[in-house]
Amino acid sequence: MSETVDVSKGLPAHPERATLEGKNKFVGFWVFLSGEVTMFATFFGTYLGLRNGTAGGPEAADLFHMPLVFIMTMILLTSSLTSVIAITAMKKNQFKKMKLWMWITFFLGVAFLGFEIYEFVEYVHYGLGFSTSAFASSFYSLVGLHGAHVVFGLGWVLLLLIRYNRAGITLTNAPKFYMFSLYWHFIDVVWVFIFTVVYLMGIGGG
Amino acid sequence: MVREAAHTLKKSLLWDLLTTVDHKKIAILYLIAGTLFFGKAGLMAILIRIQLMIPENTFVTGQTYNELLSMHGTIMLFLAATPLLFAFMNYLIPLQIGARDVAFPFLNALGFWFFFFGGILLSLSWFFGGAPDAGWTAYVPLSSRDYAGIGLDFYVLGLQISGFGTLISGINFIVTIITMRAPGMTLLRMPLFCWNSFITSILIVFGFTPLAAGLALLMLDRMFDGQFFLAAAGGNAVIWPHIFWIFGHPEVYILVLPAFGMISEIIPVFSKKRLFGYTAMVFATILIGFLGFMVWVHHMFTLNLGPITNSIFAILTMLIGVPTGIKIFNWLFTMWGGKLRFTTAMLCASSFVPTFVLGGVTGIMLAMSPVTHLYHDTYFVVAHFHYIILGGIVLGILGATYYWYPKMFGHCLNETLGKWMFWIFYIGFHLTFFIQHILGLIGMPRRVNVYLADQGWDGMNLISSIGAFMQGLAIILLLINVIYSAMKRPNHPVDDPWDGRALEWATHTPVPEYNFAQVPQVRSLDPLFYEKIHGDGTMKPSEPLADIHMPNGSFLPFMIALGSFIAGFGLIMKHMDAWINPYIVVVLGLLVMFGSMAVRSWKEDHGYHITKENVEAMEREALADERNR
Ligand code: HEM
Ligand SMILES: [Cu+2]
Repeated sequence: MSETVDVSKGLPAHPERATLEGKNKFVGFWVFLSGEVTMFATFFGTYLGLRNGTAGGPEAADLFHMPLVFIMTMILLTSSLTSVIAITAMKKNQFKKMKLWMWITFFLGVAFLGFEIYEFVEYVHYGLGFSTSAFASSFYSLVGLHGAHVVFGLGWVLLLLIRYNRAGITLTNAPKFYMFSLYWHFIDVVWVFIFTVVYLMGIGGG
Repeated sequence: MVREAAHTLKKSLLWDLLTTVDHKKIAILYLIAGTLFFGKAGLMAILIRIQLMIPENTFVTGQTYNELLSMHGTIMLFLAATPLLFAFMNYLIPLQIGARDVAFPFLNALGFWFFFFGGILLSLSWFFGGAPDAGWTAYVPLSSRDYAGIGLDFYVLGLQISGFGTLISGINFIVTIITMRAPGMTLLRMPLFCWNSFITSILIVFGFTPLAAGLALLMLDRMFDGQFFLAAAGGNAVIWPHIFWIFGHPEVYILVLPAFGMISEIIPVFSKKRLFGYTAMVFATILIGFLGFMVWVHHMFTLNLGPITNSIFAILTMLIGVPTGIKIFNWLFTMWGGKLRFTTAMLCASSFVPTFVLGGVTGIMLAMSPVTHLYHDTYFVVAHFHYIILGGIVLGILGATYYWYPKMFGHCLNETLGKWMFWIFYIGFHLTFFIQHILGLIGMPRRVNVYLADQGWDGMNLISSIGAFMQGLAIILLLINVIYSAMKRPNHPVDDPWDGRALEWATHTPVPEYNFAQVPQVRSLDPLFYEKIHGDGTMKPSEPLADIHMPNGSFLPFMIALGSFIAGFGLIMKHMDAWINPYIVVVLGLLVMFGSMAVRSWKEDHGYHITKENVEAMEREALADERNR
């Protein structure tokens, strides 16, 4: 169907949804994300059920440090913002600008990931191994699942950026970049919940 | 022979099946794979019934019995019923909504191969130290690293992979129904089979994701000493049943809704009446899907979650009876005063109604939380869910097989053999399971491999086993029928043998790869029947004849799923005396999987076009064929 869209006068207003294929991807990705919500909800529920099961090992209040988590949160929130700027540029057919802001998003994501790895290593030094306690296992699986999503997202956008380095914005790659940004926002929202449920409630003893 | 576009002709049959992205061929793949798994799990059921035929039998050991029982349940639900239903969903949804294919043909193939490799992984357990033995529900701590052997590793990873395939297909069906409907096919003109498949797909999206999470937790428990379920380190064993049933109850509706849809297609055709209460049916389907997520605790009444919790969930469970009752009455009123034709398909569909009512009534009984303590975990429960699964889902699938077989394969199944099959199956089914209600009520627990003589159970167990053999015989008759009908098939394919009402009967047989040369304009519910009454019996096109865009086949879905299989097997190798570091295998598998995904993303594949001239030629040939009949 992509051939039925007339691009001779430039890109349509919503290049990500202009073709049937793009529209399908758009709808499908929202459905996929709603499924992801229930999957994360299950991990959150498990964590909430087990977070007091420390079995004599380190507890949340001993481990978590606000400054580190705050920096991580800021980095990830900013990266969401930069991906918005990139998509806005995409809709205005400003390819260079889009590329620049996507790269910034990518590096912010890498920075976040670095902090997360550092955080986990620190906790292990404090004596919180994966199988130390129910709290440890459920904490590492919830936050680790989020981290795995970040890794996948980074690989994805890297692939897109390299592949379409010189391509300009087309009706084929616009849906792909758009979908990535949706995914990235989703990761960001999940992190906001992790920040609240895991860290704030952990430090505040909620 | 222009009817197959030049593309497919050049491929060998095997390569075509491995790379196809055509929803009709994927449907056939599902049909074949599902039938094989069904046969395998059915054989296990026969072995189980042989063991229980007489008291204190020693036909199989207790361990083998547990493995047979667990594999029977797991395979039947995840690898037999699901793919068989998916076969029909895949084949029919695009045809019934007037589309050329599903929304994501590539993902469609990917979903199949994930399912397939997940199933193979689970089945391999027999050769590597024993199958899973903790029941299809795999309750912890029985299934945890402390108590269960390597079989449960195959369970968690096999189901994880096949579940991923199911999820992908679910998303695909949802998008297909939202965006690909033909002009005029409004949501409230959509055939009920599509509506039920739509709600089923939504349940898949919200049900299979908690399952994925739960299986991941159990996997972490078994492979990396995760402390979720064992009390010693602060874990809690009740988390598993919660997660499992948050998935598990929607799962039973995932399976039964498409069967409802099949029945709702078959009964009107053989009553020669429009379905009674179409809108109420749609509404009831949505309500069932919604309520289905709010009743899971009825599987956990005996876990002592407290009287308030139990009461709320008991009431919510009984509420589901209301929309279900609406459906039952609508089917009855459709048949009421209709011109009934009792073909095999109709026999299956109409007998679905009373058997399903029986299963529903015992369900309501089980939902009464105070009394369920008496018969929870007895054969009464076994009778309940088999009335619904065999008397509901399997009868639905059998009916659908007889009904849509001519569309899929060009010839009808033999009706005489079909009726023999039906009656043997139906009588065998009631022999096996009706008596299990009584066995349960007088105290026979489920999931036991031996029982003592002279408790009043001997005769009933014998009858139950005889019934099981009859059902086995019926399925063999079906297979004989398939071969017999193929040999006796007429020279020309049949197009519309039942005087159908929905759009799939408006296509040529065999269905061309593009389904509709011109996408039809839909003017009413039961669009084809409407044209038969108000028009000339053919669908009017909604677009001029033009080149048709088609997706290219691809080997990548197979590769991606193969990668996940290798990675899953690698993880399980942690518990074997392997000569190679398991993580090498895991990394290799992940490389194959993500590498193939990257290739897919990298290579832009825009598909190809069947030119207008070719379409015209293919249509002319099909029409000439039809006139010669
Ligand atoms: C009116 C609708 C239904 C009601 C009220 C109902 C109620 C129940 C209840 C309360 C149980 C728990 C029994 C116990 O363990 O004590 C149960 C078990 C079960 N039901 Fe239903 N049910 C209904 C429909 C269905 C349907 C449509 C299916 C399948 C398609 C189904 C399949 C099952 C299965 C497989 C189990 C046993 C699970 C296990 O313990 O292994 N039910 N049902
Ligand atoms: Cu249930």
